[in-house]
Amino acid sequence: MHILEVEHIGKSFGRTEVLKDICFTLEKSQVLSIIGSSGSGKTTLLRCLNFLERPDHGIIRVAGRTLFDAADEEKQKESEIRKNRLHFGMVFQAFHLFPQYTALENVMLARQLQAKKRADYKSAKKEILTEIRTEAESLLAQMGLSNRMKNYPHQLSGGQCQRVAIARALAMKPDILCFDEPTSALDPELTGEVLKVIRQLAEQRTTMIIVTHEMSFARDVSDQVIFMNDGYVVEHGTPDQVFEHPREDRTKQFLGKF
Amino acid sequence: MDTFLEQLPIVIHSLNTGFLQTMKLFFVTLLGAVPLGLLISFGTLSEFAPVRVFLNLLIWVVRGTPLMIQLLIIYYFPGLVLKNPVWGGGEAGRFAASAVAFVINYACYFSEIFRGGIISIPLGQDEAGMVLGMTKTQIFFRIKLLQMIKRILPPMSNEILTLVKDTSLARIIALQEVIWAGQAFMKGSQGISGAIWPLFFTAVYYLACNGLLTLLFNRAERKLEYFR
Repeated sequence: MHILEVEHIGKSFGRTEVLKDICFTLEKSQVLSIIGSSGSGKTTLLRCLNFLERPDHGIIRVAGRTLFDAADEEKQKESEIRKNRLHFGMVFQAFHLFPQYTALENVMLARQLQAKKRADYKSAKKEILTEIRTEAESLLAQMGLSNRMKNYPHQLSGGQCQRVAIARALAMKPDILCFDEPTSALDPELTGEVLKVIRQLAEQRTTMIIVTHEMSFARDVSDQVIFMNDGYVVEHGTPDQVFEHPREDRTKQFLGKF
Repeated sequence: MDTFLEQLPIVIHSLNTGFLQTMKLFFVTLLGAVPLGLLISFGTLSEFAPVRVFLNLLIWVVRGTPLMIQLLIIYYFPGLVLKNPVWGGGEAGRFAASAVAFVINYACYFSEIFRGGIISIPLGQDEAGMVLGMTKTQIFFRIKLLQMIKRILPPMSNEILTLVKDTSLARIIALQEVIWAGQAFMKGSQGISGAIWPLFFTAVYYLACNGLLTLLFNRAERKLEYFR
């Protein structure tokens, strides 16, 4: 079974059609990279998967369950969307860490709030909070940030902030982790340390969708690549197909610039 | 009574009593206007146009007219025009009318400061909270509120220092606050008359109070310096 099925997603902002009939599927443990020039709709597509934008058309299914159907009012309810969102994790270009919390607190906050709704929260509070803390600490250690847990975001470099943001997303145990140009706000040196972490996640068979301008990284790390242009999926295939043997002129033109 | 030293304890006692009323009005206004102001700021940010329009009209009227006139209207309008003197005649009635006028007036000013604080927080903070499955309430209280407080502390300290001094406007409906108490010695009270220095002396009370508040605000700002 596909972990993700995206069927006929369409989205317009006013009269501008940003996404046009997007369809693709993704298998568990696969990495999908989405490439394309600015304004091609990559980020909007990712934001639709995380329900930061509501698609006007189409269906989103995760592990066979329909999470979103533009034709079904029931699926549009705020509480429904909030629950379904957790199937996806999101790492933003600009990190969006919470400045008043330490690295560790950033990773723990959402889990702690979520735990309060558990039926056994009162009786097992201590164990639950310890478990959340241990998991958060081990995630940060995995990101190479063991000695930065008590630091506030403004005390961290961009690369460290982005790694905290990745740990924060992973803490929610999403089925699919999405990255929206995770290194576009970083200098080449810091880009390297973030890409290393993402590569490491790929080796651990984390299912990921990565919107990126890092072409050689996309080629290396991906199982599938989508090239988008003007709201359409222009080319979709293995990295070898898309990068070495593109069929469409637009793809060749775009890749020719790199 | 002639000598200054003989008059001093009488005047101080009277001014203390007046200042107690000043402080009562100050704290009641603060306690009422902060939550009301927050509600109004949510309303002005609402997607529901009628609420927005109504609140913007209210803010326009309240900020566009003198607080002194608002005090007079709120105190006299029910009794003189509606023939329904809801406030009663005594000091308690004058205090209640003053408190209502001050709370509404200051809530409108506060709401604009709060609104500014809320819209100054980058949208990314909301989105980061949303993708982590947080509710709107959790996002406001756990993520945005403290960042907002940090940003609005300077304008809020301005407004709150002004409030301390503005309480003297309640003198217009004869609330027995500290200016009223000082002025009483000009006309004659407790055997002292024609003395203007007690009125001048009231300034010391405001100055001391605002000095204390300034220290408190500086401390709060320093406490929030740990994040950016």
